[in-house]
Amino acid sequence: MAFKEINLNMGPQHPSTHGVLRLKLAVDNEVVLSVESIIGYLHRGMEKLWENLTYTQVVPLTDRLDYLASLSNNLGYVLAVEKLAGIEVPRRARYIRVVLAELQRLASHLAWLGFQANDIGAMSVLLYGFEARETILDVFEEYCGARLTIHGIRIGGVPHDLDAALAARIRKVLDGIPRRLADIRALLDDNRIWKQRTVGVGRIAADDAIAYGLTGPCLRACGAAWDMRKDVPYSSYDEFDFDVPLGRNGDVYDRYLVRLEEICQSIRIVRQALDGLPEGETSAKVPRVLKVAPAEVFHTIEAPKGILGFYIRSNGTDKPERVKMKSPSFINLQSVEHMCKGNLFSDVVGILGSLDIVLGEIDK
Amino acid sequence: MPDAAADRPELRPALDALSARFPGVVLSVGVEKGEITVRLGKAGLIPVLRSLKEEAGFNALEDIIVLDNLRTAGEGGKRFTVLYQLCRFPGADRVRLAVDVGEDEGLDSAVPVYRSADWAEREAFDMFGVRFEGHPGLRRIYMPDDFEGHPLRKDFPLEGRDGGV
Repeated sequence: MAFKEINLNMGPQHPSTHGVLRLKLAVDNEVVLSVESIIGYLHRGMEKLWENLTYTQVVPLTDRLDYLASLSNNLGYVLAVEKLAGIEVPRRARYIRVVLAELQRLASHLAWLGFQANDIGAMSVLLYGFEARETILDVFEEYCGARLTIHGIRIGGVPHDLDAALAARIRKVLDGIPRRLADIRALLDDNRIWKQRTVGVGRIAADDAIAYGLTGPCLRACGAAWDMRKDVPYSSYDEFDFDVPLGRNGDVYDRYLVRLEEICQSIRIVRQALDGLPEGETSAKVPRVLKVAPAEVFHTIEAPKGILGFYIRSNGTDKPERVKMKSPSFINLQSVEHMCKGNLFSDVVGILGSLDIVLGEIDK
Repeated sequence: MPDAAADRPELRPALDALSARFPGVVLSVGVEKGEITVRLGKAGLIPVLRSLKEEAGFNALEDIIVLDNLRTAGEGGKRFTVLYQLCRFPGADRVRLAVDVGEDEGLDSAVPVYRSADWAEREAFDMFGVRFEGHPGLRRIYMPDDFEGHPLRKDFPLEGRDGGV
């Protein structure tokens, strides 16, 4: 067939872009020549807003970044503020944060699993994944009344204690997830269509991935063991025993395997945190009006999508001088062009889905 | 070099090598809350980035952060400070480079050294108007192409201009 470059527009209202993302594609018949991401449709000027709010008022706004993992955003921001202001968080609060953050990772990965399979055409996985995710959202609802934009972590600690009844409920939820996961794996792991659409698709080598700034499960799928929970443990992660699952080929299939294994590891962490939950306060004493002496910090956590960082500079008042968010989805999306080039046009949707982006945190 | 790396001894060799190789470029090294900030003159930015990446192993550029010094710069101070947040994998040693740049000057683009600088520099340009010379396609990333002004500058009103965008 003769070479013929065709330009195609995908989005911004395309169902598989998980928000409002526009991709400008150049294709030669079925093969992708180039991809350009056009973002900003959801830009709300978060960083500008944060400069005009007090440190405490910023926390609920961080829910609206990665809205599938709002607790992780809360945690990332709050830890940066605590480092900046020198606030020591009680051990019990740190453990409760770990329970919440790992449950959030479970919810985020389960949602991703459903979306990814749905994008590729396996509708039933979406229903299984969301059923399991729902049980976790119920836990959040019981903990603080919210399910999606949770605002479940405060500067200095957590808003509520985790009592025995809730702990028992969490254990029950955790017991149910491996069974659901086994159902999903039975549908996908050796499914010929699933493997044709994922194995060897959207490959990226570890060196390229690091050069592009890729982090999180997508980087670990290339075999690079970079996990902030191990490398720079925060919030008592060094007190738990867990593995960092790695892939080998850096393709869509390995990203799937890595996230599935991370679900199992998160369950392990939550169980350990519940077993070892120390007695004590759930929050440090934090002044009602928090004023922070001039300083700057950059603090990162391992969010479900990758390394989430907050740079905060204080100026002695109750409002930050500047807050800059290092958004994992923003940086991960940058490498989509590298991953799609030379692949089939029909695989763009699968590759994009495998990155697990959320436009709320890309556009800020 | 003074005892700036005192509480981060593992980074001392890299920092010593840096100030020995680039005398006059490295203006100061400070440690605050366990984080290292190296202040540079703007001419030395790219050689220092390249040296940190290729010789000291800082293989990841995590973020580029711009500060608007409009209210704090004082007489003769530069309008912006651009921060480069570098990280070394495996592990997670970090160092932050700080370069001051005036409103009508540009900075050399870091894209030839770190590919991940591409979108970060576009964001810095869009939000603050800092120009990066040699960037492969410096254009706005969030705001519409015909937007005027740079929203994160301190003199850009919070509520927008003329009733918003």
